[in-house]
Amino acid sequence: MARVVPPARPRKLAKVPFVELADGRLQGVVSSGSDIERVYVSSVAAGTYAFACSTNNNRPCGGARGWFCNHIRALITEAVLQYGAERVTRYLRVDLGDEQPTAHTIADAMTATGPSEASSTAAASVFSRFLRHLAYLELAPSTLPVPEMQWFPPTRAVA
Amino acid sequence: MVPADQGGGVMRADLLAEPVAGLEEALDAVEAFDRVLVSGLLRPQPAQAAGLAELAGAVAGSPLASRVAEAAEKAAAGTAGEDHFVALAAARVALLGSVHDALTSQLDEATGRPRGEEAAPAPAERHAVNLLAAARSWLCDLARAGWQGIDHDVVSGAAQVVSAMLPDPAFRRLATVLDGFAAELAASCPGASLDQVPVRRWADLWSRAALLTVPGAAGVPAIGTATGRLLPLGVDLHEHATAAQAQVHAVFEPADGTAPRLVRATVSAPKPDTVVGVGVWQLLRPHMSLLTAVSEGRSVDLVDMPITAEGDLLWSDEHARPGEPADPFATARVALPTAVAPVTAPLDRHPARIAVPVFLEGYEVHTDDESLTFAVAGHALAVDTDRVPTAGPLTPEAVAASHACIGLVRWDAGAFRLQPLAVETTARKKTVAVHAGAWAGGTKDKAGVKAEKAATDAVAVLRERAGRLLRK
Ligand SMILES: [Zn+2]
Repeated sequence: MARVVPPARPRKLAKVPFVELADGRLQGVVSSGSDIERVYVSSVAAGTYAFACSTNNNRPCGGARGWFCNHIRALITEAVLQYGAERVTRYLRVDLGDEQPTAHTIADAMTATGPSEASSTAAASVFSRFLRHLAYLELAPSTLPVPEMQWFPPTRAVA
Repeated sequence: MVPADQGGGVMRADLLAEPVAGLEEALDAVEAFDRVLVSGLLRPQPAQAAGLAELAGAVAGSPLASRVAEAAEKAAAGTAGEDHFVALAAARVALLGSVHDALTSQLDEATGRPRGEEAAPAPAERHAVNLLAAARSWLCDLARAGWQGIDHDVVSGAAQVVSAMLPDPAFRRLATVLDGFAAELAASCPGASLDQVPVRRWADLWSRAALLTVPGAAGVPAIGTATGRLLPLGVDLHEHATAAQAQVHAVFEPADGTAPRLVRATVSAPKPDTVVGVGVWQLLRPHMSLLTAVSEGRSVDLVDMPITAEGDLLWSDEHARPGEPADPFATARVALPTAVAPVTAPLDRHPARIAVPVFLEGYEVHTDDESLTFAVAGHALAVDTDRVPTAGPLTPEAVAASHACIGLVRWDAGAFRLQPLAVETTARKKTVAVHAGAWAGGTKDKAGVKAEKAATDAVAVLRERAGRLLRK
């Protein structure tokens, strides 16, 4: 009966409004510090750690040339807050050796392998997943019972 | 302390431990089919054919017999079509329905509470079938892939269907289960590297969703209206990454003087996965004034509130107004024992659906390591404290220190368990009540206020982002 996926942990969303472990990537959206109309769409692939960062208007991020930019680092930090370091480590298939899993050690272990830049083809799909995520706030609540929610009890376990 | 032999209102916990005839056999057949779904039906092996045959055999004496037999044969040959998959799902649902019925009558005996008459359901509305067909097609893809064969490509097939369904209230039920199910599968991809497959759980979700793709199946039509006094007992909260649902269990006293009845009122909302815990109340609260009444410890006066045959009030605030203060523990002691329990709709009969309100006191609390047990008149009843939501002030510690409890009896992993909704404890020689749903309508509790504020901020950020990015 118990849920397979523990609930996300609450975190502040101002800097990184969206982060998810999906499509074989850690991916999400990072707000620009200087332009409120702009967001960066960033991702790191599980296993290869191939990374990408570009704006929602498809301009490449200047900081992500050959190296994890600050957006990707912020994404890792927030993913660890939301899902817990263990789950992020497992999903990205990061080998930490004897090190404690933290946002810092996860990022370092990935950069140490010299990952390559991925093409930014995923950006459009990540951004549309973000918009889909935002759209959940626009949906009206309902007072029709959903009996199948009995399969999704609360749990005190945390991610 | 209430003597154990007193009639009416005291639960016979001893009856809950009695074996149920035929239960093992039914569950074995279910499990045989569930194993089939682990490796999928794309290229079925002989062991899977045997599992399918076992399911078909178990319903051989039912009206489903010939359709399921044919479906099992086709599936074993790797040539099952969508109708065949739905037939297999129906057989599985029917078997678990029989388990539900056996457990429910055992519970009726234990609580000594009367059960209502079965009402002929009103015909449900039928809706656009193309979205239902798309959902069914995705579920059939899953059954072919098997849990070990799932990957991001297969799982992501649900996203479009769910997005198209969610805005339409008629599809909300199916969309909500598909969404939660797909998120769970996505987090478990690729299936080939899964250590442990939640075999029963995923087959449950798969088969229920498959049946809900049958036009008209998801409808919950009102069969009448309710006018009278509603006395809340407690709130049961459900939550997956992108949905939350609060279900208020209550005793309804009809104004016409007929027997009091057990009813539920429900509100659910889709949500971003970053709105969690205490934060979900602010999404639900504006749509059901009952949540505020619960927090204030009030009854609610209903006038012509639509109600289903299953005892679900289809809430709308215009049919409700706040009533007199009403202590849920007084309701549980006085009104609950004689309240008539509704009959569950055939499609919804499943052991996981069992959630029977009970009142217990005079039990002994036993704790060891992680588990908590109430000894009720000498019989152990496991207490599921993990189900106590973090979105309220009730804690496992308060449950362990309690001497009276309002809870829901559920059946999970082969045994009855108690989910606490509220407890009475003693502090400084005074009785203090703690309710899991106390914060539903708002709170002044320091920790609660802080968590609500954080959730308000999170929603504000997302709304700001949505305002800038969504409508371009
Ligand atoms: Zn960047």
